[in-house]
Amino acid sequence: MSAATPWTVGSVREALVAKKVSARELATEFYAQIARRNPELNAFLALCPERAYSQADRVDAAIAQGRLLAPLAGVPVAIKDVISTQGVHTTCGSKILETYTPPYDATAVERLENAGAVILGKANCDEFAMGSSNENSAYGPVRNPVALDRVPGGSSGGSAAAVAAGLAVVSLGTDTGGSIRQPGAYCGIPAMMPTYGRVSRYGLIAFASSLDRIGPFATNISDAATVMSIIAGHDSNDSTSAAVAVPEYLAEIEKPVTGLRIGVPEDYFGAGLDPEVKNKVQAGIALLEKLGCTRVPLKMPHTDYAIATYYIVATAEASSNLARYDGVRYGLRVEGNTLMDMYRKTRERGFGSEVKRRIMLGTYALSSGYYDAYYLRAQKVRSLIARDFAQAFEKVDVIVTPTAPTPAFKLGEKTADPLEMYLADIYTVTGSLAGVPGISVPCGKTAAGLPIGMQVFGSHFGEARVLQLARALEKAGGFSI
Amino acid sequence: MKISREDVLRVAQLAHLELAPEEVETYRSQLDEILSYVGKLQELDVSNVEPMTQMRPRNANGPGSASATGIEPELRDDVVVPCNVAEAVLAEAPDAAKPFFRVPKVIER
Repeated sequence: MSAATPWTVGSVREALVAKKVSARELATEFYAQIARRNPELNAFLALCPERAYSQADRVDAAIAQGRLLAPLAGVPVAIKDVISTQGVHTTCGSKILETYTPPYDATAVERLENAGAVILGKANCDEFAMGSSNENSAYGPVRNPVALDRVPGGSSGGSAAAVAAGLAVVSLGTDTGGSIRQPGAYCGIPAMMPTYGRVSRYGLIAFASSLDRIGPFATNISDAATVMSIIAGHDSNDSTSAAVAVPEYLAEIEKPVTGLRIGVPEDYFGAGLDPEVKNKVQAGIALLEKLGCTRVPLKMPHTDYAIATYYIVATAEASSNLARYDGVRYGLRVEGNTLMDMYRKTRERGFGSEVKRRIMLGTYALSSGYYDAYYLRAQKVRSLIARDFAQAFEKVDVIVTPTAPTPAFKLGEKTADPLEMYLADIYTVTGSLAGVPGISVPCGKTAAGLPIGMQVFGSHFGEARVLQLARALEKAGGFSI
Repeated sequence: MKISREDVLRVAQLAHLELAPEEVETYRSQLDEILSYVGKLQELDVSNVEPMTQMRPRNANGPGSASATGIEPELRDDVVVPCNVAEAVLAEAPDAAKPFFRVPKVIER
């Protein structure tokens, strides 16, 4: 196949069934592409050909025996490097886990493999998923395949770039404040954050436990829906995973959108929004109206407080979660004269500057004398942000906004100013704090050819509705509006 | 100024981070800028607002064990299941003496 028609879950299946290609040949083809493109893109940190080829051989054997193919049989995938893979290096983009090999698979990984997926390797990301540009990876930045001088977004930059460049058919990323949706927007592909609790986080190395979620990147909505149908659902190994029935996403997404109420919050279209992004997203909304949706203007008054809330809640949780990296049980150890000395030296050497910055911010917000003013207050404002969403969903079926205020920025453009980098997440952190699902879908390009993302939020466990709207946009040509 | 040099050193100590002398001022000014921005949370009246202490989404579309506060966590039965991972876990340790992790001497006489 040419680069213009990337492989999809559907085309892989057709080609395998028609015996036009074997799963092993397909894996070989993808590894050849990775060898060619990865030195430039840096999307993959580790490859696991042994594991991939043995899985491909199992798929080929099933085909030879005429057995019914699993939904992702032979589909090459990439896994963000914060998600555990047994026997395959999992570094979280950090020096502190440079040599770490997990003794078990994350549930999402296990489910993908049980569905026939061929795991090619681990995708680069910001260190411990902390960043909005992938420039915080200890193993170097990822380049945006659409514009090589620009960032792919973050923190799941490698997962987004791999799929956008055709180095994987689908991938898994994680989203804590926008880390799936924003790179999806920057790289011009659909990218979904499910409801909190919808997908098991077992084996996801924790950043902020009340916010972290695993979700898919794909080149089309049907593939995203297929991955969702496989990774969603309760898992007894994750006590925060929800026992809520998983709908048939592939059937749900083809339903007509006539009569759906589209909430458009004015708070997401104000100062700071790039005019080209604004115009395209407005055009996308107009297209939805043409498809029979009703536009409902909304006010979500606490939107402006979301970044401040997020960077207290997330860093507080991170300061606690990252306390485990102390040189005792796994990863890096730098010897010291005393136990305390060893802790400090290990963490000094092992963590990058953004991780240290967030640990210190979170420690400060939780520390005696500051807890009420920062952490407790942020938790209260989080309730207000969640209430904005709950009240909105009494009036509308979905909420449509831009995914990010600008298209992908240049490498190095924001690294000197952490706060400016944080503001790249201004439209995504709201949904993270509220626990709702959201997707970013392509919504045309700027005059310079940079992808623009439109974000669709749904109510809790409303992934089907979100995907349905995304599919309607896709069918109507909204992705290239 | 929200945060002083001493604050940075205190927080670094609490978090078991060692900072190079030249890093202290960089972090101080960055944390100061971030905390000044976060100060906007003080604008809101939150006196009658409950803090969101955990994320428990409501099931908006149909069956499930939804309650006023969201989905109740699914608790598994309290039964012992085998977990023979000690060897694999210790294999990742920088220094282990089965069945222990080994660390520098903690107790001084």
